[in-house]
Amino acid sequence: MFESLLVANRGEIARRIIATANQMGIRTIAVYSEADADLPFVREADEAVLLGPAPPAQSYLDVDAVLAAAEQTGAQAIHPGYGFLSENADFAESVVKAGLIWVGPSPEAMRSMGDKIAARNRMAAAGVPVAPGTPDPVPDAQAALAAASEIGYPVMVKAAAGGGGIGMSAAFNDEELTAAYETARTRAERFFSDPAILLEKYVPSARHIEVQILGLADGTVVALGERDCSVQRRHQKVAEESPSPAVTPEIRAAICDAAVKAGEAVGYRNAGTVEMLFDTATGEAWFLEMNTRLQVEHPVTEAVTGLDLVAEQLRIAAGEPPSFVGAEVPEPRGHAIEFRVYAEDPKRFLPGPGAITEWEQPAGDGVRVDAGYEAGNTVTPFYDPLLAKLIVHGANRQDALAKARVAVDEFKVVGPKNNLPFFAELLDNDEFVRGDYDTGLISRMRG
Amino acid sequence: MAEVRAEMTANVWKVLVAAGDTVSDGDTLVILESMKMEIPVIAEEDGTVSEVRVAEGDTINEDDVIAIIS
Repeated sequence: MFESLLVANRGEIARRIIATANQMGIRTIAVYSEADADLPFVREADEAVLLGPAPPAQSYLDVDAVLAAAEQTGAQAIHPGYGFLSENADFAESVVKAGLIWVGPSPEAMRSMGDKIAARNRMAAAGVPVAPGTPDPVPDAQAALAAASEIGYPVMVKAAAGGGGIGMSAAFNDEELTAAYETARTRAERFFSDPAILLEKYVPSARHIEVQILGLADGTVVALGERDCSVQRRHQKVAEESPSPAVTPEIRAAICDAAVKAGEAVGYRNAGTVEMLFDTATGEAWFLEMNTRLQVEHPVTEAVTGLDLVAEQLRIAAGEPPSFVGAEVPEPRGHAIEFRVYAEDPKRFLPGPGAITEWEQPAGDGVRVDAGYEAGNTVTPFYDPLLAKLIVHGANRQDALAKARVAVDEFKVVGPKNNLPFFAELLDNDEFVRGDYDTGLISRMRG
Repeated sequence: MAEVRAEMTANVWKVLVAAGDTVSDGDTLVILESMKMEIPVIAEEDGTVSEVRVAEGDTINEDDVIAIIS
């Protein structure tokens, strides 16, 4: 195992990675922006290096500054977390060229999955089911209309280089598509510096289900079960659970098999997530995209498998075998649900940054909180709104829901607006409680 | 005269109007950016922009005056 690790991220995920590395006796180096100097992750690392001012381009996305911090501190490996540079294959390549260990897949595997169009085509060729869609970038609104008439409405418009739901929208007719296409293109250029757009069949009554995979050091790819991420607002996840209430053992076997095939097709190493669209009407599952990094919602898989996915990532990056023997992955136990506590108002979900004057988090058996902040910190408008993740684990779904109700009630954040009241509402919602929901749940709740 | 105020702490991404411009109910005056989200600030009445108090790149706080429409 390497002896030192630089964590190129911030907030809760930097803190969570640092915690595992510290337990493994690895020296940890945090990097941070001027806006984040007081956050817990900076203090909890063995060393911390200031990258620059608050805007991401001048700090967490500044490749040269991150590499300089690694050199200055003698870091042997870099963990990118999620977001920021985590899916930037050029950065991964620079890390490897600098003689450092990249805690993630090869730059080639990242590239082949980074472009959603190329990834779709590659997966289709490997025998993984993909939704009807465009095999090439759609050059203009006219071409989008032509493609939609072939695919059939409704269609989803997406940035090929996109992520986090940015620039994504559904269109139900020509007029909506023309508008959606222009919006997607503008956003794609602005956020991803790549205007390529694709169209895909949109399934209104769908669940978003993903499979956690690990590409082991010896080349084996294993699946660690699924997560259901259908509680979404603005195409972004708000709560996730494992196992999915909609997935039968037969469907589980099929989607895990497809996910392993997807990983094998690109020689995948380290942790990755294969996202799929699950049509509740037909029971069909289609490949959406692969995230070549640790996922925000990885703790629900940790809760049911008993694994520490960051520890597994570090082992794989160091060329070591996993903690479990061979491909004998642990049998999932019980039921886990994660709630993303965001700094946003609980009605319209608009951002609400601000200073945190009080912070009380729940604890106890089957309750885990991965927090990026504490009382006294200020939540700034520069980064995503995630304050903390609340994860509950119960013997079954009902038990997990009961634990969640108590934990949400005990969680107290004063200062920034936050969506804890929304979770109290969700835990009282009939569809969610029954487990019979799809990605339209929040829209229906907010009618 | 109406003051248009910020609903949240945010960075000013784009300023789309200048003093003297005529605006209608529903027109976008500025676009804010907060926590990776774009938030358009909309005129809620017809009128003339008499003052714009923010510039692109500014960080503003909840309740700060963005523009005045008369």
